[in-house]
Formats: sequence, structure tokens, C-alpha cells
Amino acid sequence: MTANRGWRSRPVFRVMATARPVRGRLLLAGLLGALAIGSSVGLLATSAFLISKASQQPPILYLSVAIVLVRAFGIGRGVFRYAERLTGHDAAFRSLTDLRLAVFDRLTVVAPAGTSAYRSGDLLNRLVADVDAVVDLYLRVALPYIVAIVVGIGSVLLVTIFVPAAALALAAALLVGALIVPALTLRRLDRSQRKVAPAMARLTAETVTLADGSAEVIALGQQQRFLDRIAAADQELTQAAAVAARSSGVGSALGVLAQGGAIVAAIVFGTQAVTSGALDGVNLALVILVPLAAYEAVQVLPAAIVTLLRVRESARRITAVLDAPNPVPDPVNPVSIDAPGAVDLQVTALSAGWKLDDWVVGPVSLDVRPGRPVALVGPSGSGKSTVAAGLTRLCPSQGKVFFSDQDLSRATGDDVRRIIGLAEQNPHLFDSTVAENVRLARRSATDEEIHEILVELGLGPWLAALPDGLQTPVGRFGRAVSGGQRQRLALARVLLSETPIVVADEPTEYLDASSADVVMRALTRRCRHRGLLIITHRAADVAWCESSVSLGGQISV
Amino acid sequence: MRPLDPRLIKWAQATRLFLILSVILGAATAVTIVIQAALLARIITDVFQRGADLASIGQLTAGLAAVFAIRALLSYLQDWIAFRSSAQAKSQLRMAVLDHAVKLGPQFLDSRSTGGIAQLTGRGIDALDAYFARYLPQLLLAVVVPIVLGAVILSQDLLAAAIVAFTLPLIPLFMVLVGWYTQGKVDRQWRTLAVLSGYFLDVVAGLPTLKVFGRAKAQAANIRQVGDRYRKATMRVLRVSFLSSLVLELLATLSVAIVAVSIGLRLVGGSMDLQTALFVLILAPEAYLPLRMVGAQYHAAAEGISAAGELLDILETPLVESAAIGGAPAGPLALDLVDVSCRYPDRDVEVLKKLSCSFPVGQVTAVTGPSGSGKSTLLQLVLSFMQPTAGVVEVTGEQRSRSLSDIDSEAWLDQIAWLPQEPVMLAGSVFSNIRLGAPNADTESVERVAYQAGLTPDVLQQVLSDTGAGVSAGQRRRIGLARVLLRSKPLVLLDEPSASLDSHTEQVVADVIAELRAEGRTVVMVAHRPALITLADHIVHLEPVEQISEQVAVSGAGQVPLPGLRP
Repeated sequence: MTANRGWRSRPVFRVMATARPVRGRLLLAGLLGALAIGSSVGLLATSAFLISKASQQPPILYLSVAIVLVRAFGIGRGVFRYAERLTGHDAAFRSLTDLRLAVFDRLTVVAPAGTSAYRSGDLLNRLVADVDAVVDLYLRVALPYIVAIVVGIGSVLLVTIFVPAAALALAAALLVGALIVPALTLRRLDRSQRKVAPAMARLTAETVTLADGSAEVIALGQQQRFLDRIAAADQELTQAAAVAARSSGVGSALGVLAQGGAIVAAIVFGTQAVTSGALDGVNLALVILVPLAAYEAVQVLPAAIVTLLRVRESARRITAVLDAPNPVPDPVNPVSIDAPGAVDLQVTALSAGWKLDDWVVGPVSLDVRPGRPVALVGPSGSGKSTVAAGLTRLCPSQGKVFFSDQDLSRATGDDVRRIIGLAEQNPHLFDSTVAENVRLARRSATDEEIHEILVELGLGPWLAALPDGLQTPVGRFGRAVSGGQRQRLALARVLLSETPIVVADEPTEYLDASSADVVMRALTRRCRHRGLLIITHRAADVAWCESSVSLGGQISV
Repeated sequence: MRPLDPRLIKWAQATRLFLILSVILGAATAVTIVIQAALLARIITDVFQRGADLASIGQLTAGLAAVFAIRALLSYLQDWIAFRSSAQAKSQLRMAVLDHAVKLGPQFLDSRSTGGIAQLTGRGIDALDAYFARYLPQLLLAVVVPIVLGAVILSQDLLAAAIVAFTLPLIPLFMVLVGWYTQGKVDRQWRTLAVLSGYFLDVVAGLPTLKVFGRAKAQAANIRQVGDRYRKATMRVLRVSFLSSLVLELLATLSVAIVAVSIGLRLVGGSMDLQTALFVLILAPEAYLPLRMVGAQYHAAAEGISAAGELLDILETPLVESAAIGGAPAGPLALDLVDVSCRYPDRDVEVLKKLSCSFPVGQVTAVTGPSGSGKSTLLQLVLSFMQPTAGVVEVTGEQRSRSLSDIDSEAWLDQIAWLPQEPVMLAGSVFSNIRLGAPNADTESVERVAYQAGLTPDVLQQVLSDTGAGVSAGQRRRIGLARVLLRSKPLVLLDEPSASLDSHTEQVVADVIAELRAEGRTVVMVAHRPALITLADHIVHLEPVEQISEQVAVSGAGQVPLPGLRP
């Protein structure tokens, strides 16, 4: 996939490429699916033959093979279909794991600055849903096409044995169903989108205006006026959709005509063959009825195309992540960083932002020494957290950061984060226990250590009230944990880690004055031998620090 | 999931006509299927048994071609009507939901995520297309076609009809039975699955945290392991839940096979003729087909139904019955909050706790305090968009005073001019946007207030786009300010009137406030900037509830100590 051109570089194929290890299973599923629909064709074909033959009233023995086949096909349909679905889903889920790993691997490099996914929870949810949606690419797009191809070829071959000309007509009808009808569906969707999309955009804009400004609109008593405007946009949209609806049935009508054409052709050529003696009359019913059953194989393909369109969007967003450049690349020849006894972080003219050269904050200069906490102060929205992200190489930054006279810009991001630890402002809590959530900072930490830190941070009463203490699950996204508790769990993490420098982003947000005091006391006490940078907008926090920087220059308190 | 939610018919009238038309089209389709089968049986029998040649079956073949043409037309009509009705039903549902949502008020609209309602009533509702265009017609066909075909088969052959009549009802019956039997198992499995499937989102969302602690790369092995467990658990579920479709397929095709064999044997015995046999054979699978297709459309339909379900749930959210019947007191107004506490429904912490303060008649009161101290909530209370959980808001007019909760909300809002932080802008000229404040105002008044709010005459004709783009944040605020002036109401609420404004505009705001005071209006102003606070006659300072046991508004004239480092 080196070239950026050609079909192989298209998102759908890029994503499909992760299915390579399960190719065999997918083909098996396709084969089983073909056998399922093949059973339908076989059922009608053998039944037609059976009845035609029976009408000649031969000894019943002559019919026994046909009877067995009819029954076998009757059972085969359901059984093969069941096997197909199980095999197909198994293959799809196997491949899903591979795709997830590929996405995760890239995210570990580029997150959070290199992708828009981390800008909102909705986008993140969508990315994860996009990965899941790829399952449909195998189950609802690839498999139906494999099945259609196998069944189509099989049916055409079967008819060829008897009346080649009818087989040709059947092939043509199947091609119409497999290619032209889906193409028409695509074109219709595309066209109606073009007509409907502007009306939809207007409707959405009007609705957003009302929803965002609803309080003022109601205060002004102007609800009806806004609803009327939405109604007008809605009328426009509904009319556009009604016009688009006119072409919606063209595809399915064409499908019926193609199938009818194949059957009429089978009648014409079959009758000629019977009249000329080329075809035994007993086989005529088979030749005419096979197209009736075989067409089922292509009937699901328009739906497959619609799915393809939808999954294509997902695939596009996934490849955008897979191709996202690393916004904070590691140096080409990284040097390792020593952590000597005396530690000191010198930051000179640091600017940081979520895009390279688009600095939202800075330049900031500060000097963090062990046991001498520094406060970084600024109003909310001034980009304090971006400084923290810049320092820990989570987003691009510019300026000099020296750790004990070693240039951190020459070290890898992983190494930088081994030096500078961070308690994030909005820490993520994993769907696990309290203890595990803290322990991720240092795997060797014992429950006693964790308990001790949490108690020191003022979480003692909370822990005591939890049903299972440290072993209590926090729930998905830590829903069972309040903002203040969450913040302190994040602080416990960074305190437990052994980084020589600790950055705490708004450590006392959500806390009342006395709890904030407890937290600041624990932080400063635990960091007697570590460098500590407190990012805050609260005056009370600053009092605990030796100096403070207000996003401009360092001043003594 | 119910296949057809009766609420949908209630709210989307277009559904009703659509259902009727679909039944008619379904019946017509069933008739064409019968004719098609009869013609095919006749043609095959003529050629095979009666030695007919192409010329003698010409008419029959032409008739068959015509039947296919009619079927094509019916299928076209079905799609056309379906998408058209779907568009109408969506429109009816959309407008009903928006209408109701507005009645539910800003609290309700705010509680939905960003773009939530717009998404839901816009693209979200499109999922109904698959439901309308594919699932519903199929569902009706599954009822109509078997009945028609069953009756026709009965007229031809009692035994075949008996087989069909016996097995066809077995399909839904067995599906329900299998569903019941497997439900418990499937439910248990789904719970495991929910945990496993949330895992990937969990690690992806927590990736920045994992990176900070150098644990990101180690997660890859876990993802694979959990992925494998997820797959195995899912397959256990699917092995059971696919059973119902296995039953469907098995019964449907096996019955056809049984019909075929029984006919074949009777043909050998001479108790049946070929034409009838073929006719029944061709019809039998057609009787089962619609039912099988319903199963196939289930997936797409489920999405549509869940989208519709969300909308219907909004429609059925009851409006808060207001006990308020009284009108608002007339004349200049004063407000007194007495021990007012307030809490958002979805939170357990109070935003305001036992707050008492006054907003005297004809005076400018500044409300100050750090973010989270409840300033916006205070305005929401005064606007009657929120109700206090305890305490009362007293409204005093010229003659009498009454509790805000007794005043009809619409009448009350008519006494207020409010400048929100982000004034609403609708597509159209700046002029019409100002006039939103008082739709009957004449041009002259609009021009006057625009001038007072610092808007030049050429700006008035500027046109805003759909999304309100075309004016700066500062201009937007000035338009809002002009709106407030145009409304000329006794009570004026200003939410951070000078935020994101330059010093020149700040002066405009100051002038407007002075003008309002001169007019004798009661002004409540949430303010941060010292320049504005100094304009106030009276200050109410709030502190966040968590830091205090009881909120006592610090009131003073002119000067209050600004909180620490907040600029």
C-alpha cells in the first residue's frame, strides 16, 4: 500500500486488507451461502423435473433419486444458511479484532493531538462505531456478492446443459440484477442526495438555531415564528424527497423485468428446442423455472450497495486515523535521559498548541525544583492545560525544556513522560476497580500503598463507604465517581508513579475549601523530593507554592 | 420490538394512507403471482404434453410478458408510494416533535446533547426510510399474499393447501417459541457482551491517560485477548439466536419439498394432472417468500424503529402542568428571592442554596461570583425556566406582590427584556433580527435602538446566513442589546453584557445601562468586568455552594473585593 493511487489505496480496500488472515473463512461462508440459495434453485429444478417425469407415470423407482434430491434441497436451504451466517460472523469478528488493533496502534502514536477524535466524546464514540461498522462490509457486502457470483455461474451452467440460448438470457438478466440495478440504486441515492441535501442543510441550520437559542426565543415569545421557518424548510425537504421518490422504484421494476425477460426467453428458446427435438420435453419445466429461483441471489445486491456507501464513510474515517501524521514525532536519533539525584526542570519560552505552529498558549518560562512547588496561574480558557500537554509531549510545542541540563527535545515522548508525570484535568477512569485504576501508574504498587495515598488525599471516608473498598468497580467511564473523587484518583496515580517531575492540572477543581487544603497538603508533602507544578486558577492553591507564573513571567509569592 | 408501533400511526397520519395503499398493492401483487403461475403451468403443459409449438403458445407468452410488466409497475408504485409516504411521515413526526420540544422548554432542549434534537429530527429520522420502504410493505405482503395464494391452492389441491395451511402458521409460532426458549440464554450472554464490547471504547477513550503512564503499548495484547473473548461470546449468542431463522428457512423450504413430492406421487398415480401440479408447485414457494423476506428486512427496520422510538418518547414526555393562572403585576417591578434553593434535575448537588437577595425597582444590580456559583441559574430562575426546589421569588409591582410561581409564564416573559450570552440570530437582515425583540416596532424605533447599541445604519441591511454567520461576536451582542432596548420592558436581564467586547463597545454597554436606569427599569446584570460592576447601584456576590454551608449574598454598593487571582 505504498502508492497513494489506485483502488488498493481506497479506504474500503485498505480496511478490507485487514481481513486477509480470514480470507479462507470468508470464502467458506460465501460457499455455504451459495449452497443455501443453490438449494432453492435445486429444489425448484428437481421438483420441476420430478413432476414432469411423474406425469409420464413411470415406475416409482425411476423417481426415487429425484425425490431424495428434492427433500435434501428442502433441508439444505435452512442448514446451509445457518452455517453460512455462523461462519461469516466468526470470520468478520476475527477480522474486527485485527482492525481494532491496527487503529489502536496508530492511535497510541497520534492521540490525542493528531486526530480530531479526542476533541469530543461524540467523535470518539463514532470512531469506535466506525470500526464496528466494518463487520457489515464482510457480512452485507462481500458475502452477498460472493454468493451471487457462485449461484449465478452455477445456474447458468445448469441451464446451458439443456438450452444454451436460454442460459445466455439468464446470464444477461443476472448481470442486470447484479450490476445495473445496484448502479441505478447508487445513482438514485446520489441524485436524491444532491436534491435533498441542501434542503436538509437548511432544515438542520434552522433547527439548530431554534434549539440553541430556545431560551431567548421563548423569552421573546417568538416560538411560532421559528417553528414556521422550520416548517417551511421541512416543506422544501419533503417536496424534494417526494420528487426523489419518483425514481426510487426504477431499480426494483427493472429487476422484475429482467427476471421476466429471462423466463420468457427460456420459454421461447425452450419451446423451440422441444419442437426441434434438441430438448426432451421432460426438462422444459426445469429450464423455465430455474430463472425464477436463481434471481434471488441478486435481489439483495442493491441493499448491499447501500451498505457499501455507508461503510465507505466509516472506512474513510478509519483510514484518516491510520494515515494521521504524528503531530509530535520523536527525534530521529533520540538520546536517553538520566534521572540523577538532584532534579530540576527548566522551561524557557514554551509555546504549545494542538496543531504545529498554531500556538494557543505561551511563551511560558518556569523553573521547577524539588520540594519547591510552582503554580501556573491563568483564567479558564487561557490554555493552561495545553502547557501541561506540551510538557508531556501530548501536543506540539516549541521552546526549551531542560531536565537537569539535558535537552528533553532530544528524547522520545515515552522517555519524556517517564520524567514528567501528569494528573490530567479530565482523567479517564477505566471500567475496572478503584485499585486497578490507580495501579496503572505503577504495577508493583500494593493495595496498602494505594490506600495510604488515597486516605492522605482525603478519600478515606469515601473508600470506607464503598461496598468493596478499593476493589469496588468504578463503572463505565467512572460514572459512579464524582468529579472531585476522580481528580484525586488521578493525583494518586501521578503520586504513585516515580516520575521526578509532577504536573497537576487543576488538582482542587470540584473541591470545597477544606478538601482542597487536604489535597494541596498531601501533594506538597509527597513531592518534597520531586519537582511539582500546580496548574490552577484558585488563589488558595497558589499559597501552597513557592512561586507562581501567570502565563507571562515567574513571580515570587 | 413491536413490528408496528401504533403511536407511529397516531403521530404520522401519512402512515395510515400508506398502509391502506400497501394492502391494495399487496393484494394486486398476489393476484399477478397467481396469474403468472397459471400461465407458466399452462405453457409448460401445452408444450411438453400437448406438443404445442412456439406459434401456438405465442398469446400465452405475450400474456406472461404483460404480467411481468404489471409486476414491474406494481413494484415501482410500491417503492414510490413508500418513499413518498416516508417523507411525509418523517415531516409530520419532525414537526410534531419540534412543536412539543419547544413546549417542553429550554431546560428540556438543553438536556439533550449538542445538536441532539437537530440530528434526531434531521438525519436521524432518515432511518425510517428502510422501515417504510422495505419492512412495512413486506410485513403486509406477508399477511396478504399467503392468504390469497392459500385460497388459490385450496381451489386446486386440498392436500397441498393443507400442507401450506399447516406449516405457514407454524413459522411465526416456532419463531416465537424458539425466541422464548433462547431469550434467557441470549440475555445472559448480552450482558457479558456489553462489558466486552465497551472495552475497546474504554481503552481508546483512556488512551491519553495510558500514554501519560507509559501503558498504551501494553494494551494491544489485551485488546486481542478481549476481542477473542468477545468473538467467542458473540458466537455463543448467535448460535442460539440464528436458530429462529433456521426454523423459518427449514419450514419454508421443507414444506415446498413435501408439496412437490406429494404432487409427484399423485401424478404417478394418475390422480392429478400436470398443469395443476405445476401451478401448485410454482405457487407454493411464493406463499412463503414474503415471510422469509420479513426476516431479511428486520435489521434495517430495527434501526428505523429505534429512531422513531426516540422521537415518540419525546412526544410522550408530559408537559409540566402549571398551576400558575395569574397575570404579571403591572408597572415597574422589584424582585426578592427568599431562601431560594435550586438544583438541576439530573444532579444531586444544589446550585443555589438558601439564597436571599433583592433586586430593587429602578436600580441596577450586578450579580458577581466565580464560575459555578450559580449566576446563570439565578437568571434561569428569574426567567421562570427553572423552578426553585425551595423558597420563593417574590415579584412586586405597583400595587401588589405575588410569587413568581403563581404567574403565567408567558405573561411574565412579556415583562422581561433579556440579553443572553449568545443572542439568537436568524437568517435575514440585521434589521429584522433587531425587530425580533418587538415584531410590531416601526422602522424609526429600530433605527434608534440600533444607534444606541452602536450599530451603524449600513450594518442594518447586512444579511445573515442560515447559520447566523456574517456578524462578529461583538456585533451579535450589540444586536442583542438593541433588541433589549426595543423591547422596553420593566425588567431587564443582562448576562455578561460586555464579555468578548472591546473597550469601545464596553462604553456603549455602559451608556445603554445608564439609559436603562434613566428610564427607570429594574436591571439585573451578571458581570465580571470592574468597569461594569462600578456602574451598579447594588451588588449581589455569589460563592459556589460547595464552599459554604449557606449562600448569603454579599450585597454592597459600588465596590466589592474581587476574588483573588481572577482577572
